[in-house]
Amino acid sequence: MRAAWLICRKDLRSRLRDRSAVLIGIVVPLGLAFIFNAIFSGISGGSNVISLGVVDADHGVASQQFTGQVLEAVGRSGLITIHTEPTVARARELAARGTLAAVIVIPAGFSARVQAGQPASLQVIGNADAPVSTQVARSIAESYAADLNRIRLSVATAAAANPGTSLPPARIRALAAAAAAATAPVAVRDVSAQTRELDQKSFFAAGMAVFFLFFTVQFGVTSLLEERNEGTLARLLAAPVSRASILGGKLLTSFLLGIISMTVLVVATTVLFGAAWGNPFGVAVLIVAAIMAATGIMALIATLARNAEQAANWQSVTAVILGLIGGTFFPVSQAPGILSRLTFVAPQAWFLRGLGDLRGGGVAAVWTPALAMLAFAAVTGAVALFRLRRLAEV
Amino acid sequence: MSAEIMLECSGLRRRFGEIVAVDGVGFGIAAGETYGLLGPNGAGKTTTISMIAGLLERDGGEVTVDGEPMTTRSVRAKSAIGYVPQDLAIYPDLSGRENLMFFARLYGMSTAEARRRSAEVLTLTGLADRAGDQAKHYSGGMKRRLNIGLGLLHRPRLLILDEPTVGVDPQSRNAILDSVAALSGAGMAVLYTTHYMEEAERLCDRIGIIDHGKLIAEGTRDDLVRTVGEGDQVRLSAAGDLTRAAESLAARSWVRQARALDGGIDLVVEDARSELPAILSDVAAGGVAVRSVEVTEPDLEAVFLHLTGRALRD
Repeated sequence: MRAAWLICRKDLRSRLRDRSAVLIGIVVPLGLAFIFNAIFSGISGGSNVISLGVVDADHGVASQQFTGQVLEAVGRSGLITIHTEPTVARARELAARGTLAAVIVIPAGFSARVQAGQPASLQVIGNADAPVSTQVARSIAESYAADLNRIRLSVATAAAANPGTSLPPARIRALAAAAAAATAPVAVRDVSAQTRELDQKSFFAAGMAVFFLFFTVQFGVTSLLEERNEGTLARLLAAPVSRASILGGKLLTSFLLGIISMTVLVVATTVLFGAAWGNPFGVAVLIVAAIMAATGIMALIATLARNAEQAANWQSVTAVILGLIGGTFFPVSQAPGILSRLTFVAPQAWFLRGLGDLRGGGVAAVWTPALAMLAFAAVTGAVALFRLRRLAEV
Repeated sequence: MSAEIMLECSGLRRRFGEIVAVDGVGFGIAAGETYGLLGPNGAGKTTTISMIAGLLERDGGEVTVDGEPMTTRSVRAKSAIGYVPQDLAIYPDLSGRENLMFFARLYGMSTAEARRRSAEVLTLTGLADRAGDQAKHYSGGMKRRLNIGLGLLHRPRLLILDEPTVGVDPQSRNAILDSVAALSGAGMAVLYTTHYMEEAERLCDRIGIIDHGKLIAEGTRDDLVRTVGEGDQVRLSAAGDLTRAAESLAARSWVRQARALDGGIDLVVEDARSELPAILSDVAAGGVAVRSVEVTEPDLEAVFLHLTGRALRD
């Protein structure tokens, strides 16, 4: 173990000195996560907290119910902040400037038309650069309109049940209140979306981190081939250390480079981008499992190559393919057909799924993804170790 | 061989596919002795020492180093060996000191001991003033010295040098040969492979000649030369009665052949170094004036040619 540690320390010193590991393991993934996040923030509507404006030009019963109950409840979710604006012009200006992602306008006379059973409409002013947020605002408005229609239908149904009699106003109000309070008979609650999807910042942070992890760990195992090419392997083999120590030192180098890279990226993306990785223990379990899977796969690829250069090429191709399949750039799990199932042949997919599950389901949710990644590590690592013994010859 | 045998190997065999690289090689080296393994490129020298140093599995044969059996997994036997590979085996991104510290620690030294010993080796190899520089910035000669220094770091009892002077300038080459001679003089057993006949003659107490994976001859330089069966050639440039002088010399028991030529006499004698004074005395007594003397001794090149029918550098 002492010899393995000495070899690992020597390799780490070399790698950190030539800066290649720092570049691949930290700088590039951090930079790409930042760039992707900046690009896709514009498309999806900026930050994850959507700023919605509301202009109440009505000040009637229905509008107060909408702003006081519906929008207030939406605001309590933490995902949307509601800003009350005094005029439509002001709200339109803020939406155009991007300060507000969208604005819901309750026109004057809205409540009166609703109470009179006449057609009434809510208006949504969207920001062209934030289509998703505009859609969210539209959905909120449509949802409220559907509720109003449900109440109307309830009252109409009660009136139709008593033909020839006119319902007194008190009775109509009571019916409306009862209909409003009644639970909708059918409700869809999208649990999977809450538990299996990372927000955009966290997705790009985690995606880039695990994508480049596969490049980072290759520095350890590939250095065995480099040592053979440069002649230093002969000197190591002539020293009074076991071959297992030499191999162990190389694998330990990969593991520690992975730990350093992932730790720095988790901290940096949390501090700089506000990425939410989740429970630290769960994240640590997933990271360790991902590093072991990446090390096993990269070590196996290295054993198939004739020299360090060929190994590096093959490892890069493998890392890119697995990264794409594993959904590190875009969520392949949402793709149609076989692609959504194919994604789980890549440890990266399990890592990202584990992080998503961790946010929605607690620490226990990481065990399945972690075990899947450890299975990758066990299979590829065992074959690699068997083949690596041949590499450790002059 | 005395009881101080540091290396003993016998029947070493190694095959690479259909090619038999080493076939039944065996020899021993005592402490303080320098043994040269001389042979052309591809003769099996590096494969032989790779098996001796425990780098390569062998198909057959035995190796013991300082009484310990050597295999690729022998930790104790390996700790007795200092190995200097033919190609530079240093870490270019590490400084000279860091290279030495790493291997010193790998050979089991404590940090303090490794630091002390590294400083000694840096001084010994003349690298002390550049100790902190990355090895990739060293000159070729400095890298070569560091390469050898790494092999000496743990004070091995057997030093194995695999063609350490290949690609080295004459000045560095002389320095390396002097260092090896000094180490041997200090009691270290040295196994030195080379395809340079002059190096083997200058350094080695005993020489094994290897060709096509087989040890075809072994002994001291003189032993090997004697196997050729030729004497030393002496050419005298002289004036006078050369015919009579040649006849007089031919009567001597240690003269195998003597003949007068135009402007000189050609002789074949058993040992020119010891008999040259008598030769000069004889011709002077016959009134012949000698202007110059040229002595040609049979060398290892001649031995190799005699044994294989090929020149050493073919």
